[in-house]
Amino acid sequence: MNKEKKFRSVHPGSSGKSALFFGKGRTLLPEDSKAIENIIGVGPYERHMLIEYLHLIQDQEGHLSEGYMQALAKALRIPMAEVYEVATFYAHFDVTADGQKPPAPLTIRVCDSISCALANSEQLIKILEDQNLNDVRILPAPCMGRCDKAPVCEIGHRHVDHANLEKVQKVLKKKEFHPEIPAYQDFSAYKAEGGYKTLKSCLDGIHTIEEVISELSNSNLRGLGGAGFPTGRKWGFVRAEEKPRLMAVNADEGEPGTFKDRYYLESKPHAFLEGMLIGAWAVEAETVYIYLRDEYPAVREILLKEITILEKAGLTSHTKIQLKRGAGAYICGEESAMIESIEGKRGLPRHRPPYVARVGIFGLPTLVNNVETLYWVPQILKKGASWFGAQGKGDGTGLRSYSVSGRVRKPGVKLVSAGSTAEELIVHAGGMLEGHKFSGYLPGGASGGVLPASMANLPLDFGKLEQYGCLVGSHAVVIFSDQDDPKAIALNLMQFFEDESCGQCTPCRSGTEKAARLMEKDAWDTEALKDLATVMADASICGLGQAAPNPLLSVLKYFPENAE
Amino acid sequence: MSDLINFVLNGQKVTSSPDETIWQVANRLDIEIPHLCYLPEKSYRADGNCRACMVEIDGERTLAASCIRYPSDDMVVNTASERAKKSREMVFELLLVDQPPHEQAHDSKSKFWGWIDKINYKSANRYPPQAQPQSDNSHAAISVQLDACIQCNLCVRACREVQSNDVIGMAHRGHQAKIVFDFDTAMGSSTCVACGECVQVCPTGALMEANLLDPRGVRTEFEDRSVKTLCPYCGVGCQIDLHIKDDKILYVDGRDGPANNSRLCVKGRFGFDYAHHPDRLTTPLIRRDDAPKSADIEISQSEIKTYFREATWEEALDRAASGLKSISDQQPGTSIAGFGSAKCSNEEAYLFQKLIRQGFITNNVDHCTRLCHASSVAALMEGLNSGAVTAPFKAAEDANCIIVIGARPAENHPVAATYLKNAAKRGAKLIVIDPRGQSQGIARHASHVLQFKPGSDVALLNSMLHTIITENLYDEQYVQANTEGFEDLKRKIIDFSPEKMSAVCGITADKIKQVARIYATSKASIIFWGMGISQHVHGTDNSRCLIALALSTGQIGRPGTGLHPLRGQNNVQGASDAGLIPMLFPDYMSVEDEVVRSQYEKLWDTKLNPKKGLTVVEIIDAILRDEIKGMYIQGENPAMSDPDQNHARAALAKLKHLVVQDIFLTETAWHADVILPATAHAEKSGTFTNTNREIQMARAALNPPGQARQDWELIQEIAQRIGLNWNYTHPSDVFAEMTQVMPSLNNITWERLEREDAVTFPCSAPNQPGTEIMFGDGFPTTSGRGRIVPAEILPPDELPDEDYPMVLTTGRMLEHWHTGSMTRRAKILDSLEPEAVACLNWRDLEKMKIEPGNNVNVSTRRGRISLKARQDQDVPEGMVFIPFCFAEAAANLLTNPKLDPIGKIPEYKFCAARVEPS
Repeated sequence: MNKEKKFRSVHPGSSGKSALFFGKGRTLLPEDSKAIENIIGVGPYERHMLIEYLHLIQDQEGHLSEGYMQALAKALRIPMAEVYEVATFYAHFDVTADGQKPPAPLTIRVCDSISCALANSEQLIKILEDQNLNDVRILPAPCMGRCDKAPVCEIGHRHVDHANLEKVQKVLKKKEFHPEIPAYQDFSAYKAEGGYKTLKSCLDGIHTIEEVISELSNSNLRGLGGAGFPTGRKWGFVRAEEKPRLMAVNADEGEPGTFKDRYYLESKPHAFLEGMLIGAWAVEAETVYIYLRDEYPAVREILLKEITILEKAGLTSHTKIQLKRGAGAYICGEESAMIESIEGKRGLPRHRPPYVARVGIFGLPTLVNNVETLYWVPQILKKGASWFGAQGKGDGTGLRSYSVSGRVRKPGVKLVSAGSTAEELIVHAGGMLEGHKFSGYLPGGASGGVLPASMANLPLDFGKLEQYGCLVGSHAVVIFSDQDDPKAIALNLMQFFEDESCGQCTPCRSGTEKAARLMEKDAWDTEALKDLATVMADASICGLGQAAPNPLLSVLKYFPENAE
Repeated sequence: MSDLINFVLNGQKVTSSPDETIWQVANRLDIEIPHLCYLPEKSYRADGNCRACMVEIDGERTLAASCIRYPSDDMVVNTASERAKKSREMVFELLLVDQPPHEQAHDSKSKFWGWIDKINYKSANRYPPQAQPQSDNSHAAISVQLDACIQCNLCVRACREVQSNDVIGMAHRGHQAKIVFDFDTAMGSSTCVACGECVQVCPTGALMEANLLDPRGVRTEFEDRSVKTLCPYCGVGCQIDLHIKDDKILYVDGRDGPANNSRLCVKGRFGFDYAHHPDRLTTPLIRRDDAPKSADIEISQSEIKTYFREATWEEALDRAASGLKSISDQQPGTSIAGFGSAKCSNEEAYLFQKLIRQGFITNNVDHCTRLCHASSVAALMEGLNSGAVTAPFKAAEDANCIIVIGARPAENHPVAATYLKNAAKRGAKLIVIDPRGQSQGIARHASHVLQFKPGSDVALLNSMLHTIITENLYDEQYVQANTEGFEDLKRKIIDFSPEKMSAVCGITADKIKQVARIYATSKASIIFWGMGISQHVHGTDNSRCLIALALSTGQIGRPGTGLHPLRGQNNVQGASDAGLIPMLFPDYMSVEDEVVRSQYEKLWDTKLNPKKGLTVVEIIDAILRDEIKGMYIQGENPAMSDPDQNHARAALAKLKHLVVQDIFLTETAWHADVILPATAHAEKSGTFTNTNREIQMARAALNPPGQARQDWELIQEIAQRIGLNWNYTHPSDVFAEMTQVMPSLNNITWERLEREDAVTFPCSAPNQPGTEIMFGDGFPTTSGRGRIVPAEILPPDELPDEDYPMVLTTGRMLEHWHTGSMTRRAKILDSLEPEAVACLNWRDLEKMKIEPGNNVNVSTRRGRISLKARQDQDVPEGMVFIPFCFAEAAANLLTNPKLDPIGKIPEYKFCAARVEPS
């Protein structure tokens, strides 16, 4: 027997290729797994925390390498592609391929959304780029919710309002890259003025859930994130579903021109937190997820600190609070996309039905409320439904926090009666800027359409603007003037939607892109654009795509001389 | 019928069930609605993203995607309104503008272009196209041309939700959204296992079989006909469509069979071209008188004529038959043996065993089941008096707990694995028990992974039984009503506490208990096993433990429960059923049973041998003892598949007369006296029985090459030449005879199989489906009870020592089938896994200073081979894994031929070995 013979020459293989040395796919290095353990801890890991883990890695490393992403995928026992999908969906993650140079250690994001664009952010970007700053990269970025201080940029996590080169250079010199925490009403100050009494009386059984819900219904409080759904009814719907139930707070205020939620979070966070805890009590939510956009790092620090204080004060014993950090995606302001993101996935809006009140986070019934909506809850319960309800103007009821920006002297949050008009808001904002003549406005941020000055007397409230092809949405009113080109404004908004479309459905993914390309041309092909607008509005899955053509259509309708 | 929905569709009142979407109702009523991202097959969830199927619903602000929307009472739906039509047309316009032009379409026959043609859509080119990604041709089988991608997400669902291979993702967002593999890795460098499900579902040709495209990436190859048949490889039994042009197979699609629901794996989809390989035997060959026989002979394709001469069929068949006959005449009843094949049809298996038994009056007829599941079958026969699975693998869909032990389904039963992964994703506990990790396979989906010490199966399983019994988790009622032997088991397992066994099997006592509790207390638990259980000297004992687990907990006989030895070959179940077993006639009737034998003697009009025959490895030994002198080997390759190959080949070389019937000049054929060129699977019609007991119809799609002939005809030719009066004219005649002697085929006829393609046996009536879940009401044993047989620890035969410090284990790999005679001649499979590898842990490699990719020598007491080292995270320290498909470094030169005393199966999974740098 020939035991020494090692090779046999005859075999059926004929490709002449070499076998893989390591098996299929990228080989995971043990040191990468070790590094990931150091960054995100030793586990047990939870799949829904994927975005948080990516933040931890991005914060520490400045980017997401393939090695670390593979180690993370292995730790979470999910496909590599799943990590990659999520990492590349959100604008605040920088994925680097093997062998690719990581981005510069410091990023300056310059807002190029509408209010900042009116304040010439394009020029600011150019000026900053021309500096050829070492180890700094300049990125245009969508609305940062500081439209009253346009133009703005963010250096690391430090925002610079009314930004210019000097201010930027100063921050760079001082290396102040952490968020500046504004003065806000803290726990003791809020308690001192009677805060949390309403919550206590709920928890102590002095108020019944039914009472609270009916009080909210009577007050006519509506969802102030933009949809305007009656809050009391929503709470009732969620309560009608089987337990366990969950709650989510939509603090992903991304609609260009909107900054009211940030305003409340940075000034009176506890009023909001009390409202939230009352909501959690009312629907008996096991957990409340606060989904906070990553553009609000100061708010994050405030909330992290104040929530700990609340927990210690024993005011959260009826639920658990989880602060979730967005990662740069406007679409996650859409409630079902937000839920997907809370679950650690890409922010793809879900099909309705089923509605999130029934099938929400992890498939459980979920109450989703906007920050400002909850902010009003304690006050309404304290002062009574009729107090709030009586505040309206015309047939509008309640108070509204209009975010007013653009060509006005004193932009800012204007708390006035529901149903106020643009004309009135300009007055509240100190009138038009010197040298600017009012020519038109956005009644509801990027998706609310565009109206001419001649229509500035319309009540800006839910249900009032649809007949004009517009929406009041989050009540973000951007005023523009004779020096602004409505076509350029519409293009800016369409480019915003193009960047922020999730890409799930054809009409929005392709429609925003094609529309932006056509609108970049001097002469608009109005037939082609109208056809696009129709399919986007009729056939998109969610509100983003459905509303994206509003500015385009209203410019065609109300500024026809410009559109030709 | 209050749960029915009444609504209005295009002005007509219609009724639908609550689980029907608008699209499904419309489709049922022959109202055509275009669709791209929606695939009406049931594995695929509707995603509603392409918006090609929009319809108008009265009172709703926007249109609705009909594929994902359910009608409600009184809803008024219009599929044909101008608004809906316009919207759908716009969707096509938008998608079209970013496609390559029709005449350069990657697949002009794709669903996308089909709809464009159907709705007679003409692009006005009103919208500018956007830049598109480059083509990716890095994979041997699949061409990726994302300029045709419409982001419909079907490939993602295919890869992640259906096949659960988890490679494809949709990265980035908006109009940048892009299909990626892993981290946007080139497909050929990714973790892709090339199941091709993505190709099958892609509606545009963005993902295509590379061989259908010209160098520009445009499809130029189109089939002229298609044939419904079966995959030739594993026991899953996938139904396929062979698409053929000019009598050559162009490509393969999965068909909606009961075992595969259109799913396939890389072998089934891309491993078809061996049938067209130039190495195919096309002429009968007779060994030259001057050609010596020797154990270490090697005959390359070009040397065939040095050793063999071409002959006419007449001469070759005469020679083949007379050689066997004269040996048999000299020494009747003991001198002839036959190996049939689990790759051939039921009819061929039946004829083969009939030939050996009737023609040579011996029961020396066996096949490769001996090397696979003989021990499992022995234990199952002993315990349940039935050797087949008690439930199909799709019972996993109803299971709450799934144990997979000693099986690597993602490699060896890839399509079955998809259902296990699906079940785990649904929430079933998946418990994977294997000394080799399965991180690339099903382990990522597992709730528990037990990487235990090789060979310690009984210790581990008995300690699980210990937990179940001492914690009173067994089903007392079931045990009393349906089993016997439980008290013996109870006594036996006293010594097997998890605490004590933990050191033996390397799993913590806590984990053992946890897993035992989950298995025992889940509402429905099922066990799958494979060669890791059976290919040991204690293989029968291993299976006994599994049977004891099921019987003591009553996890059998109900939906989602049972025992499922995953059968390896496409027809290993059927070949065993048909009697290719030395101790059993068809349907597992003992050859020693006088009543049974006389029945066959009457039917075959011959006095039959009352003695059990020899098994595969025993036959080899009997040759070397000069007892067996002539063999007929049909479609098997013992020279590669038997353990201790030098020994096996010495035996084959020693035979006085060896007839080999095959499609290639296999290693076995090198020793032949007469070689009969036969047919590949795609060339034959016949029935095949998969691991689920589903009997399925295969249909000839190709003509055999040259003079090659049907296997069944050749068996009959031999039979006639040794004086048997056989006159079958078609496989259906054989099947008809089988139904006379095999009660398992009751109510299953050839015509029914032609019509229905698949019927599960046993089957209670001609118009009833077969019984999927067996033994809901007792067992076919004499007592009606299942028999629990306790098992004792028996260590592996050859333990590592100073000279041979490592454990060698062998098995298959995803891309290669068995001895590689088919798959290594399939171009794509050959290029995916082109050469022999020894898989080792990185720590061992480091210790031995071996770089991955370097050559190593692996030796055992039986031989030595040299091959490439592969670093494999799944191989534990101290182990080397070698797939046995590579002739140039044949693992079976090394393996230990020591047999399980009952199942007579060799210990392929464990022997002592030494690894050194080469």
